[in-house]
Amino acid sequence: MLALFRRELQIGVRTGNGALTGVLFFLAVVAVIPFGVGPDLNLLARIGPAILWIGALLAGLLGLERLFQADREDGSLDLMLLADSRHMRALTVFVKCCAHWTVNVLPLVVVTPLLGLFMNVEPAGILAATATLAVGTPAITFIGAVGAALAVALPRGGLLVSVLVLPLTIPVLIFGVAAARGAVADPDPFLPPFLILAALMLFFAVIGPLAASLALRWGGD
Amino acid sequence: MMRLAAEGLGGERGGETVFSGISFTLGEGEALTVTGPNGAGKSTLLRVICGLLPAAEGKVQFSGGGDAFPDVASACHYLGHRNAMKAELGVEENLRFWQEFMGEPHLPPFEALEMVGLGDIGHLPFGYLSTGQRRRASIARLLVSYRPVWLLDEPTSGLDKASDAQFADLMGVHLEDGGMIVAATHLPLGLKGARELKMGEAAG
Repeated sequence: MLALFRRELQIGVRTGNGALTGVLFFLAVVAVIPFGVGPDLNLLARIGPAILWIGALLAGLLGLERLFQADREDGSLDLMLLADSRHMRALTVFVKCCAHWTVNVLPLVVVTPLLGLFMNVEPAGILAATATLAVGTPAITFIGAVGAALAVALPRGGLLVSVLVLPLTIPVLIFGVAAARGAVADPDPFLPPFLILAALMLFFAVIGPLAASLALRWGGD
Repeated sequence: MMRLAAEGLGGERGGETVFSGISFTLGEGEALTVTGPNGAGKSTLLRVICGLLPAAEGKVQFSGGGDAFPDVASACHYLGHRNAMKAELGVEENLRFWQEFMGEPHLPPFEALEMVGLGDIGHLPFGYLSTGQRRRASIARLLVSYRPVWLLDEPTSGLDKASDAQFADLMGVHLEDGGMIVAATHLPLGLKGARELKMGEAAG
């Protein structure tokens, strides 16, 4: 399993464009908002965490459809499915998700503080947004794996994956933004939504790979 | 004693039956070549045998594999049309990954590459290789981990004469060691004593 994680990381780092595309997209979304909303610094600070979350959510969906497609095209997926008795399929999917997150989504979390400055979010808010993204974005990848597994045989499944996955990520978005805002807006609490977010992530970490492995099993051809 | 047995196997593609009633038994050291026209279901048969596709009817059983190979899927090497190698990674890196992932290490990757005549290009990215070299690299994958059953789908497509003979030798050694081979092919593989299963004659 460690070998699989290492291989996925190597491939991700060597092709390299996944992380860069995501970060540029994230940057584009966040950078145009101030132009659209106008130079109201208070307003920007108030909607900042939400914008960061929406940007990261959409950027996190980019490239998800390649999660299994690349392996299917070169035949690796067959061998991974065959190895079921040595490596449980769901575990293989889980490891692939973790590697995908590390390569493609972790960079988004890393640039969040910088983009938070663009939105005039105060330091506590930036910290909270980064923390909630670090905890919440794995859930998006785990949910996305289900969509990617369903669309694995479709040649242009990218949009379909996003459309399938987006509704399911709404709870993650709601609690993520609630926690990020809770850190700055006074009466709102930070910890309860943050803990629910963490619970959601753990929940999807189990359900996502299981569902995705079933989809891969029965979607074979 | 290991044994691979198929009983009344039927397969379908997109809801249409492509073959049915296929039965065979392979013991240690035995090989079966599957021949037939395009579309007769040779590839489908191989995928049904290893369990990548559900069997429409009948069943496949593998027995005598002990703890290491409890079922068919765990006992099979599957060499399909696609090579299952990443273009971004080096040839040897690819093989090392499959060895670690598939377990039951047999030959070290560089030795396996030497067996297929690619000993000096293990460091190159897989994407740089020619079609025949890619095929040979993926044949080397059969050697890095041990599996008693080799399921080969057009294994020699893209290979030159010399590599063909080399691969025939490798298959011979595998059979001598008590392995089994099921190969779908149009070309003669040079397997001595292999039985033949003709498919699609009735269907045409």
